[in-house]
Amino acid sequence: MIEDIELETLINDIYEYYGFDFGSYSKASLKRRVNRVYQLGEFESFYEFLSKVRSDPEYYRSMIDEITVNVTEMFRDPSFYAVVRKEILPILATKPFIRLWHAGCSTGEEVYSMAIILKEAGLLHKSLLYATDVNATVIESAKKGIFPLRMMKEYSENYRDAGGQEDFSNYYIANYGIAKFNAELASKMVFSQHNLVSDNSFNEFDMILCRNVLIYFDTDLQKRVINLFDESLSILGFLALGTKETIKYSISQTKYKQLGQEKIWRKVK
Amino acid sequence: MEESKVKKCKVVIIGGSAGSLQALLQILPQLPPIRSFAIVIVLHRKSTDDTALENLIKLKSKIPVFSVEDKVPLRAGFLYIAPSNYHLLFEKNGILALDTSEKINYSRPSIDVSFESASEVYQTDLVGILLSGSNTDGTAGIKAIQEAGGTIVIQDPKSAEMPFMPNNAIANTIPDYVLNVQQLLDFIILLDK
Ligand SMILES: C[S@@+](CC[C@H](N)C(=O)[O-])C[C@H]1O[C@@H](n2cnc3c(N)ncnc32)[C@H](O)[C@@H]1O
Repeated sequence: MIEDIELETLINDIYEYYGFDFGSYSKASLKRRVNRVYQLGEFESFYEFLSKVRSDPEYYRSMIDEITVNVTEMFRDPSFYAVVRKEILPILATKPFIRLWHAGCSTGEEVYSMAIILKEAGLLHKSLLYATDVNATVIESAKKGIFPLRMMKEYSENYRDAGGQEDFSNYYIANYGIAKFNAELASKMVFSQHNLVSDNSFNEFDMILCRNVLIYFDTDLQKRVINLFDESLSILGFLALGTKETIKYSISQTKYKQLGQEKIWRKVK
Repeated sequence: MEESKVKKCKVVIIGGSAGSLQALLQILPQLPPIRSFAIVIVLHRKSTDDTALENLIKLKSKIPVFSVEDKVPLRAGFLYIAPSNYHLLFEKNGILALDTSEKINYSRPSIDVSFESASEVYQTDLVGILLSGSNTDGTAGIKAIQEAGGTIVIQDPKSAEMPFMPNNAIANTIPDYVLNVQQLLDFIILLDK
């Protein structure tokens, strides 16, 4: 395993050479990821690794792709989507126009899941799903709406557990091991690169989803990001986090009301 | 059992797979509240089983269970259970962190990941216990605990429902203790100072 001091040096170098600040990432996870990249590169020494990162922007970019954890699923935590479908969409339905932001959308599985339930609620035509991630490679992949065909069995089970009634296979065309999702779903999505550490709010939203992203940040950065969401959320808008994440320590609890046991909060002030 | 050879213990981390819940359900109901360390349990199970295991252990244990969420503090006297579908990691400042990265040894939570992470932070003040299972997960982790100066304990394969995991660990390390279920209980009680 690499040493703490080596990790600190790498963080400083990345900031100095590329302006990306990993300083507030959760160290335990970051160290594992960096260690993995370092081992894969079969470097003679940590110093050799550092100079490669500094001198080779292409290598740096591929390293960022490896360091960020992009594991995701369609309808991950089906009960979450069931609650969105039953309790949140009827409220959003009363709006003339619905803006959603998926922050840390990875390869897009979450965004397509959301588009499907919006469509089934008859709301997709008046919705816009902004989907952002710091990792440019996953954004490019998300735009395509192509997911591995072998995952479809699991995803259709998730979809069903999330209250889906349709034939899930109607949403994609299967071809040579891939599932290409219908263009209609993507027609309401806007993908762009956005860094939660350093970029500002860019719009006002009725719902912000940021699931399993904050776990990679330390508590100070979590606070900053929750405040960024607060600035970007309309009054009575919803903020959704991953099943093990909370806003409890980040923002005044009088401003937000939690929906039962769910990791969904409504901005009440 | 004579007095414990373990001088200082801040965390007892227990890993297990198939057959380990049975062992835990014999140990936990008999374990009195503890004061000087925290217990962390990392068990393999179905990814959909989110709260069932925690509820069951809450019911059986006299030690209060602290529900694991991202960045909760690790406190002596409490029991923590790694949530399904996340790797459980330890931060240097005494808090727990979660990670959804790839499965390791087909498992998330992976015992190796948590054991290695805990060994880095707690070093000599860590006791690792590996229970029954039919997977190689845990061996690299228990080795890491030993290399960092911690104490390693492996369930006696004869007493394990699935002896493969303890056997694999015994073949690859020199365990400080190999104990059956009753001895494990006595061992943990003696650790409390
Ligand atoms: C585990 S994925 C979560 C995907 C999806 N939201 C889900 O819950 O399945 C975490 C994502 O956060 C992104 N991420 C990490 N740091 C970020 C940052 N500073 N700004 C924006 N996104 C970031 C990663 O690139 C990765 O795609």
